[in-house]
Amino acid sequence: MLGLNKRDTRFLLIVIALTLLTPFILQPFPEGSALAQFNAGYPDLMQRIAIFGIFAIGFNILFGLTGYLSFGHAAFLGVGSYSVVWMYKLLDYNVLPGLVLAIITSGLFALAIGYLSLRRSGIYFSILTLAFAQMSFNLAYSVLTPITNGETGLQVYTSDPQYLMSEGEPITPHLFGLVMNESYKLNLGGWVFTFNIGYYFTAVIAILAFYLSLRIFRSPFGLMLRAVKSNQTRLNYTGLNARPYTLAAFVISGMYAGLAGGLLAAMDPLAGAERMQWTESGAVVIMTILGGAGTLMGPVLGAGFIKYLEKIFSKINENVLEGWFSFLPEPLREVVVWIFSRFTGEGWALTLGLMFMLVVIFLPGGLMEGGERIRNLIRRKKNKPGDGASPDGTPAE
Amino acid sequence: MDAILLQILNGLDKGSAYALIALGLTLIFGTLGVVNFAHGALFMIGAFCAVTLQRLLSLSYVTIDETRTDFLGNPLKVKTPYVESWFGPEIGQALIDWSVPLSILFAIPVMVGLGFLIERGLIKHFYKRPHADQILVTFGLAIVLQEIVKFIYGANPIPTPAPEAFSGSFDFGVLIGFEPNAIIYPYWRMIYFVFALIIIGAVFAFLRFTTFGMVVRAGMADRETVGLLGINIDRRFTIMFGVAAAVAGLAGVMYTPINSPNYHMGMDFLVLSFVVVVVGGMGSLPGAVLAGFLLGILESFASMNEVKSIVPGIDQIIIYLVAIVILLTRPRGLMGRKGVMEE
Amino acid sequence: MGILEVKDVNKRFGGLHALKDVNLSIKEDTIHAIIGPNGAGKSTLLNVLVGKLVPDTGSVMFDGQSVLGRKPHEINQMGISRVFQTPEIFGDLTVLENVLIPCFAKRDGAFRMHAFETVESEAELIDLAERALVDVNMADKRHHHAASLSRGDKRRLEMAMCLVQRPRLLLLDEPTAGMARANTNRTIDLLRDIKERREITMVIIEHDMHVVFSLAQRITVLAQGSPLVEDTPENIKGHPKVQEAYLGEAH
Repeated sequence: MLGLNKRDTRFLLIVIALTLLTPFILQPFPEGSALAQFNAGYPDLMQRIAIFGIFAIGFNILFGLTGYLSFGHAAFLGVGSYSVVWMYKLLDYNVLPGLVLAIITSGLFALAIGYLSLRRSGIYFSILTLAFAQMSFNLAYSVLTPITNGETGLQVYTSDPQYLMSEGEPITPHLFGLVMNESYKLNLGGWVFTFNIGYYFTAVIAILAFYLSLRIFRSPFGLMLRAVKSNQTRLNYTGLNARPYTLAAFVISGMYAGLAGGLLAAMDPLAGAERMQWTESGAVVIMTILGGAGTLMGPVLGAGFIKYLEKIFSKINENVLEGWFSFLPEPLREVVVWIFSRFTGEGWALTLGLMFMLVVIFLPGGLMEGGERIRNLIRRKKNKPGDGASPDGTPAE
Repeated sequence: MDAILLQILNGLDKGSAYALIALGLTLIFGTLGVVNFAHGALFMIGAFCAVTLQRLLSLSYVTIDETRTDFLGNPLKVKTPYVESWFGPEIGQALIDWSVPLSILFAIPVMVGLGFLIERGLIKHFYKRPHADQILVTFGLAIVLQEIVKFIYGANPIPTPAPEAFSGSFDFGVLIGFEPNAIIYPYWRMIYFVFALIIIGAVFAFLRFTTFGMVVRAGMADRETVGLLGINIDRRFTIMFGVAAAVAGLAGVMYTPINSPNYHMGMDFLVLSFVVVVVGGMGSLPGAVLAGFLLGILESFASMNEVKSIVPGIDQIIIYLVAIVILLTRPRGLMGRKGVMEE
Repeated sequence: MGILEVKDVNKRFGGLHALKDVNLSIKEDTIHAIIGPNGAGKSTLLNVLVGKLVPDTGSVMFDGQSVLGRKPHEINQMGISRVFQTPEIFGDLTVLENVLIPCFAKRDGAFRMHAFETVESEAELIDLAERALVDVNMADKRHHHAASLSRGDKRRLEMAMCLVQRPRLLLLDEPTAGMARANTNRTIDLLRDIKERREITMVIIEHDMHVVFSLAQRITVLAQGSPLVEDTPENIKGHPKVQEAYLGEAH
């Protein structure tokens, strides 16, 4: 189906099912229960996970397949956001023209930056991309203020022309009248499930993005990208020109980033320069590695994992902790709460840093490798009396 | 002429910081072959060594002076730093006033120890891993160090003044034959520059004139061969990591009066320092120093109003622009060796 | 007129005159060995032939076209393949994928954006690649990771990757370096077998005289950057100049 073999079709269907059912999956605890704070079925969070999933899927096409580590993808994220907001300002709040423009402009940006940066490899490439992105960031804050609105950030004002705006049209982002931030709430027993238009719109795009990346992974083009990572000397002496392959991968991943940036502006009609800062580039690197670079699902998992923990951990303040550990005697409770509060609430970044170090040290393949190891462990236990588990050669998905 | 000189001088302090950080980065990269993204964090820790010493010296006890009252009419509470009661008010005051220079003595053991700890505990296990992994794990370490400092000292910048005697400016122009008031330059910036030169000179002398340094330089050129000679490089490289950490830390200590330290100053400097290292040429110590000063001065020129009016926004991007041009025209930077980090 | 014509090639590295007036003509469908003591300029010559180095003067023509100034992938597309001293293969990929890549390169050229086909659906190329693996006795290892192969297998895989492209000229840089005698003999048999089955020109740079005299139809002796003699193996064996060149190296 859709040019995929049976295994991949099944895989894609599972991903589609999981994405569409996310409002249920992330809401496992009934409202009002002690564990409800671990629920993540909020439209805002789910949408963010999907958007950063797209960002990471695209980044993985470059980094996971070709091994080129870009530290400048935030620039494309920012370009995408600005494009969408400009379309709001010039046309109307329909997100579609903006998203198309976001993909085009970020693609052109990526073409220019990639063309220059890919003349070098290794850390030189990383630094070049970083330099281009930081330049864009600094310019967005200063000289380009007429386009970016500087520190205030780009937003829609009532004085904007909005040429396509018609009577009675929604004044928040929408897709042909489907308003992004509208939700339908379903009360089921103690549970409340929220189905948000914006989330489903983002989810459909994310599924498309995933499908495209799956096709690229399985294509001869994807094979060539993996060959670039493996041995460029051999690739050249085999009659293949590595440059256009890496450039194509760079542009594709830049367009993914632009799309993600555009979707951020579809969630919230704002675009700020801070989206172009290198920390944002660092974030996508972390997500990709944490999930497992070079695997199909890894980057999505990484994005989901980080965005989820970010939300949950920063919500847990000392009061919440006091509640959890109320069963402990007084002096002990204070100590425990103190320790835990270092890692939660405002201390979330510390947890992220530690987690990231631990993953790089012990699980270089990311969460996907962790899952693989656990699966092998279980399999080995099952086959214990026999000749042991046969390690099958298929790489992790 | 004096305007140009002034800009050169203005670029020197930032250039000195770039040069010192880049020097340490290059030492680590050249000896251990590790790309250390936590180096900016070491600079930041150094700065907070100064903050710590200042706080320690200012630790006070409270006495109640019955003879005086505060504005509410209550007996006045007087804070006296312990150092004043131990060494007498004059020496005590002087100690507090001079806390930044004194922090050098405090920071060296702290930074070297921290360097050893990081190298033995973490970096050692990453020698054979890909550069991307090294970048990532040290990036994680940088976040952790930064968050710990944020937790202890809060998120706001902490003013850490220079000693009273050096807090003002002096007329540098007169010293070299210009009109009075043509070039007014703060004392501390001049001190920072001289200090940086001393440290750089010391590191180079150490590498050039000691047997230890000779072995390290040989190891930088060809690690395997030196290993085959039966020389224990690893131990020396651990020490070099400590030295590099100390250089970054001292750069941080002395920088505190120029810019009040905050927890993310390391990250701010890190990105630029990497650009500096790459511009200088990965693995070249003179290249790192040269590029550090060069970029610091260029940055200062670009922020002149005359320049900005011709090319708006140039001050924001000059360093990156130079880096891009150099990397595209001179693939190995100003003084880089062939084949370093090219795979 | 040979398939590969090297005319008056000079290459200097600073003060070192690495190649001095090199003239060489390789006849089509022969195995031509280039031998010579260390530092004679064999590797430099090879690097000139594959476009990695550009000589200071002279010309290198392959089938009437100049190879100078061309990138390695362009030279490969002209029909020249190269086997390295230490096998260069795609370690992260499977053996079959390793051989598939040159198949794609041969069919689609230096770049093609085939992002919407699947590798699996390329039955013809897969068949071609599998046959190439059979030729080097590696069909049973097609799903192995290339990095996990033994050195000998890596070498044979690299040969299969080169041969599947049906190059007109195959350059071999010390194909038996560091191999045990048994493996060396197997490599000799493999190359001889290939030569018997199809029309191909090979240029072998080699230290091991056993390999050279078992395979070569013509031999060029290189010394101090210029060709000393070129002749058949029989005539080279007893040639006084050759002995002098090698004895000169012995101490």
